[in-house]
Amino acid sequence: MKAIISRGFKPIDSPSPENSARRWTLKEKLLLGMTPRQYFGQAVCNPFNWVLGLIFLIGIPLLIYRFAFGLGSVTHSSYDYPWGLLLGFGLFVMVPLSASGFLLGTAVNIFGRHDLHHIERLALLNGLLGYFFAVVFLIADLGQPWRLPYPMFVAFGTGAVLFLVAWHVSTYLSVQIAEVSEGFFEWMGWPQAVKFVKRITVGLTVSAIILSTLHQGALGALFTYAPGKLHPLWYAAEFQWIHFFCSSIAAGLCMVIVVSTIIKKTMAWRCDAGFLDNLDAQTLTLAKGACMALITYFAIKMLAVAHDNEWAYLATGWGLWFLFELAFGILVPLVIMSYGIRHKRAGIARLGAVATVLGIALNRLNCALIAFNWRLYQEVPHWAEVMLCVTIFAFYIVVYRAILYRLPILYSWKAKEAHAPEAVRERIPFGVSVRPSHHQVFRTRD
Amino acid sequence: MSGISRRKFLAASMAGSAAATLSLTSGAFGAALLEGYPDGMGVLVDMTRCIGCRSCEAACNKEQQLPAPEMAFDDPAAFDYSYHAGQKRRTTEAAYTVVNRYEIQGEEQPVYRKIQCNHCNEPACLTSCFVNAYTKTKEGAVMFNDKVCVGCRTCMVACPFNIPAYSYSSAFNPVVKKCVFCHETRLKNGLPPACVEICPQEALTFGNRRDLIKIAHQRINDNPGRYVDHLYGEKELGGTSWMYLSSVPFEQLAFDTTLGREPIISNVKGFLGAVPMVLAIWPALFTGFHLLATKNKHGEGHQADHPIQEDDKQ
Repeated sequence: MKAIISRGFKPIDSPSPENSARRWTLKEKLLLGMTPRQYFGQAVCNPFNWVLGLIFLIGIPLLIYRFAFGLGSVTHSSYDYPWGLLLGFGLFVMVPLSASGFLLGTAVNIFGRHDLHHIERLALLNGLLGYFFAVVFLIADLGQPWRLPYPMFVAFGTGAVLFLVAWHVSTYLSVQIAEVSEGFFEWMGWPQAVKFVKRITVGLTVSAIILSTLHQGALGALFTYAPGKLHPLWYAAEFQWIHFFCSSIAAGLCMVIVVSTIIKKTMAWRCDAGFLDNLDAQTLTLAKGACMALITYFAIKMLAVAHDNEWAYLATGWGLWFLFELAFGILVPLVIMSYGIRHKRAGIARLGAVATVLGIALNRLNCALIAFNWRLYQEVPHWAEVMLCVTIFAFYIVVYRAILYRLPILYSWKAKEAHAPEAVRERIPFGVSVRPSHHQVFRTRD
Repeated sequence: MSGISRRKFLAASMAGSAAATLSLTSGAFGAALLEGYPDGMGVLVDMTRCIGCRSCEAACNKEQQLPAPEMAFDDPAAFDYSYHAGQKRRTTEAAYTVVNRYEIQGEEQPVYRKIQCNHCNEPACLTSCFVNAYTKTKEGAVMFNDKVCVGCRTCMVACPFNIPAYSYSSAFNPVVKKCVFCHETRLKNGLPPACVEICPQEALTFGNRRDLIKIAHQRINDNPGRYVDHLYGEKELGGTSWMYLSSVPFEQLAFDTTLGREPIISNVKGFLGAVPMVLAIWPALFTGFHLLATKNKHGEGHQADHPIQEDDKQ
C-alpha cells in the first residue's frame, strides 16, 4: 500500500473525484479508488497478509471441524474448567479492551472534550468491533450457539448475572452500531442519516455508559458465583464488579493508544493531518485518564485484600503471582505512563499503554483460567482451542483494517455539503431536513 | 439555553429509561430468597456404613440409561484411577454418581464417599442460569431442562460441588448432564432413587429432609465415638437435600468446608442490588455532568451538533 501511495496515489476521501461533477461509485469506494488489479496487487504484496493467510489456512478448517464435531473435538472437554481460552480470552479480555467506545464517547459528548474528537471515532469503532468479536468468540464456545437468542425470547433466567450480560451486550452492540454509523452514513453519502445520529448522540452516549458500567461489572460478578474456585486474592464478593469496571477504563483507553500506535506505524497514508498532528497530544490525554483509572484500580484491589483480610496469602506462591500481576500489570505501566505524561513523551506513554493492556489481559486470564480452580489443577488449553482463538482474532484484525481503510475513521470525509454554512440556522422541524444540497446528494448517489 | 438543556436531558433520559426497562427485571427479581420446600425429600449418606461396592453407580447407570462404563462396576481398579495427578474420579456426562475411596491415616479401613448432585435448597446452578433451565421441585430434586440449555456452562462454574457435567462429545445437542434424583421415574411417585434402593449396606437413607436431620443427629448422639459431630449439608450453602455423616473430619474426604452457610447467590446479591441503582441514577447523573461541562461552551464548535437551538429561545 505504501508503495502505491508513494507513486502519488490518493485513496478516496470525498464523495466525488477532484474537479469532477460525477460521484464515486460504491465499487470504487470499496476499492479505495484503485482498479481491482491494483487493489489485489497491493494486497498480495503485503507480507502481513501472508501471515493472515497462513492462519486462515489452518484456522478456518479447524473452525468448521469444531462446528461439525462439537466442542469436544477442539478442547479438553473439561468439566472442571467449563470456560476455556475461547471465553477466558475472547470474552473476558476482549470486552474490557473494548471499553474505549463508551469512554471516548463520554469524554467528547458528555464532558465536552472536543479536543479528543480526532480519535473518538477510532475509539467507537474499537469498541464496536471488540464487542462484536467477543460475541463471535462466544458463539464458537457455546454448546448450542443457535440458541443464543433464547435468553431474549424463549426462556428468562431474570435473576442471573449472565442474563444481564446477554441483554446489555446485545443492546450495547446496537447502541455502538448507531454511534459508528455516523461515519458510515457520511461515506455512503446519506447526510440526513448523519444528522439524525448526531441528534441522538447524547442519548446514545448516556445509555452506553449505563450499559457499559453494568456489563463490564457483570463479567466480574460472574466470578462471585465461584467463591470456592477462584483464589481468594482474585475473589472479592463485594468489589469484584467494581474491580472489573475500573480496570476496563484503563484497558479501554490504553487499547486506543495501542491501536492508534499501530495505525500510525502501518497506516499513516489513511490518516489525515488532523489525526496525525493531534495524536501525540491525545495519547498523553488518554494516558492521563488511564493513569487515574489504574491508581484507583490499585487502591481498590488493595482494599479488597484488606477487607477480606487476605494478607497471609501474599506470602504464598499464589501471592507472589498476584503481586506480579499488580506490579507488572498496574504499577509499572502507571510509572511509565506518568513519566511519559510528565515529560510530554508520547512514545513512553505508548509503552506504558501496551503494558497496561497486557496487565489487564493477565488479570482476566488469571480470573478465568489461571487462579481458577486453584485447589484442583492447572488446565493448559488444547492446541486447537489456541488456534481457534488466533483465527478469530485474525478475523478481528482483517475486519478492523478493512473498515479503517474505507470509512472516515482516521480522516474526515471531505463532503462539500458537510460544510454548509453554520450561520444558516433554518427552522427545521425535528427529524426532517430540507436543505437543497441534501436532495442533490440523494439524487446522485448510486 | 434552558430549552436545549431540556431537549438533551429528555433525549438522554429516554434512552436511559429504555435501557432501564429492558433490564430492570434482572435486578428486581434477582434477590428472592428460596427457603427450600418444607416437605422436600432428601438422602442421608452414612459414610461409616459404605463398603465401596459401587452398586449405586451401577443402579444409576441402568436407571438413567447411561452408556456402559469404561471400567466394570465391580472392578476395584476404579478406585485407583486418577486424572491430572491426583484428582479422584468425578461425575461425568456418563456417570451421575461416583464412589471414591480415601485411605485415612490412623484408620484401619478406607472411607468411601459417594458423590452426586446434592440437590441444594438454593442451588447455585439454578440461580446462575440465564435461561432458567433449572427447577427445584417441591419433592426436593434440582431438575434440568435440556430443551432450553444454550451451553454457556455457567452452572458448572457456579456449582460449589463440581457436579454438572457437559456432553461435549455431542456436536448438535450438547447439554448439561447431572443427577436428577430420579425425579421423573421415581421421586415424584414417592419412590427412593435407584441408588438408595440398591444399597446393600443401608448407607443411604431416603426420607423427608427434616426427619433425616433428626435421624442423623440421633445417630451422632447414640454413637459419639463413631461419628464426627457434624452433618454435612444440613447448613452448608443454605442446606442441601443430600447430607453426609462421617467418621473422619470432612476435609480429609475432600469435602469443601470453607464455603460457609450462605447460599452461593448471597455473594452475587451485592452486584444484583447495584443494577437498578445504576439504571436509575446514571441517566440523570451523566446528563447533569454534560450540562455542567458544556455550560457556556456552545461557541466552541459545539453548535454544529445542535443547529436547532434557536427554536426554543422564544
